[in-house]
Amino acid sequence: MRDTIRFQYRCRQVGSRPGPLGSSLEADRLACRRIADGGPFVIDAENQTLERIRSGDPGETGRFVRTHIGWMRALATRMLGDPALADDCVQEAFIKAFRAIASFEGRSSLKTWLHRITVNEALMKLRSVDRRREDTIDDLLPEFDQNGCRIEPPWGAIPTPSELLEQKATRELVTAHIRDLPDDYRIVLQLRDIEEMTTAEVADILEISESNVKVRLHRARAALKRLLEPVLRGESE
Amino acid sequence: MMAFADGMRRMIKGFMLKHGPGMITCEEFETFILDYLDGALPPAQRRVFEWHLKICRECRDYLEAYRASIALGKAAMQEVDAPEIDEVPEDLVRAVLDAREK
Repeated sequence: MRDTIRFQYRCRQVGSRPGPLGSSLEADRLACRRIADGGPFVIDAENQTLERIRSGDPGETGRFVRTHIGWMRALATRMLGDPALADDCVQEAFIKAFRAIASFEGRSSLKTWLHRITVNEALMKLRSVDRRREDTIDDLLPEFDQNGCRIEPPWGAIPTPSELLEQKATRELVTAHIRDLPDDYRIVLQLRDIEEMTTAEVADILEISESNVKVRLHRARAALKRLLEPVLRGESE
Repeated sequence: MMAFADGMRRMIKGFMLKHGPGMITCEEFETFILDYLDGALPPAQRRVFEWHLKICRECRDYLEAYRASIALGKAAMQEVDAPEIDEVPEDLVRAVLDAREK
C-alpha cells in the first residue's frame, strides 16, 4: 500500500510527460499508467484477500467463494453438460485451490488461476465418466471434388446469432450439437472459442502440442459448421 | 447438360487454381483458415489466401458460414449458461466452506 501511495505521489509529480526510454522518469510514468489502469490496486486487493484466506479468516473465505463460485459453476456446466457433475467439479476445484493457495505466487490473477484449476478438474471428471471420446467426425468435414475444388452449396445472407437465438429451441439445439461432438474435439473448441483461452494455454492444459490443438480446433469448427447448417439456413424446426 | 457444364467449369477452375501463379487450391485454402482467422498468416500467404477468396465463390461462402457457426456456438453456450451465474445454491457454498474448515 505504501508503494501505491508513493506511486500516486510520483504520478502527480511526473504527470504524463514521457521520459527517455529506460530512465527513472520513464519507469515512473509507466508505473503511473499501471495505476491508472487499476493494476496495483487490484494486485494489492488480491494480496490482502489471499493473506486473509491463508490465515483462515472465515468472512474473507466466504466472500472469496461467493465471488467466484458462479462463473466457476457456469464454466464447469459448459464443459461437463451436467449440473450435478459441475457442482462436484466446483467443490473439488475449491478444495484444490484452498490446498494450493499457500503456494500461489501471483504470477497470474486469482481468477485466471482458479479458471485453470476448474478446467483441470472438469477434464479429470470427463476422463472418469464413460464418454464417446473416440468417435470420428470425418463425415462432417468439408468435401472436395477430384479437381481439389470445394463442394459448397451457395449461401444467402446468414442471420446474426442474436436473431437466430431468439428461439429457445434453437439455443438448445446449438448447445446439443456442441455437446455431441466427440470430447477430443469439443474440449478444444470449448476452451479456445467459448472460454477464449489461447492455443498455447489449451496445449499446456491438455498436454498436447499447439499444432495438435490447431488441427483439432479446425476439425471441430468444420464439424460444428456442418451440424449447424440447417440452423444457419433457417431450415431447422 | 447443366451437370456437364458444371463439371467442365469445376475442371477448368481446379486446373487454374492448381497451376496458376500465386494461386492455391480449395484444399490448400482449407489448411490456412485457422491461421487466417487468428491473424497469424504471414503477409505473402495472406495475399494468396485473400486472392483465392476473391475468385472462389465456394470458399467465400464456406468461410462466411464457418465464421457464423463459431459466433452462433459461442453465443448459444454463453446465453444458456448465463443465468446460472446468479443462481448459486447456498448449500453448495456451504459444502465448499465446510470442506475448507475440515
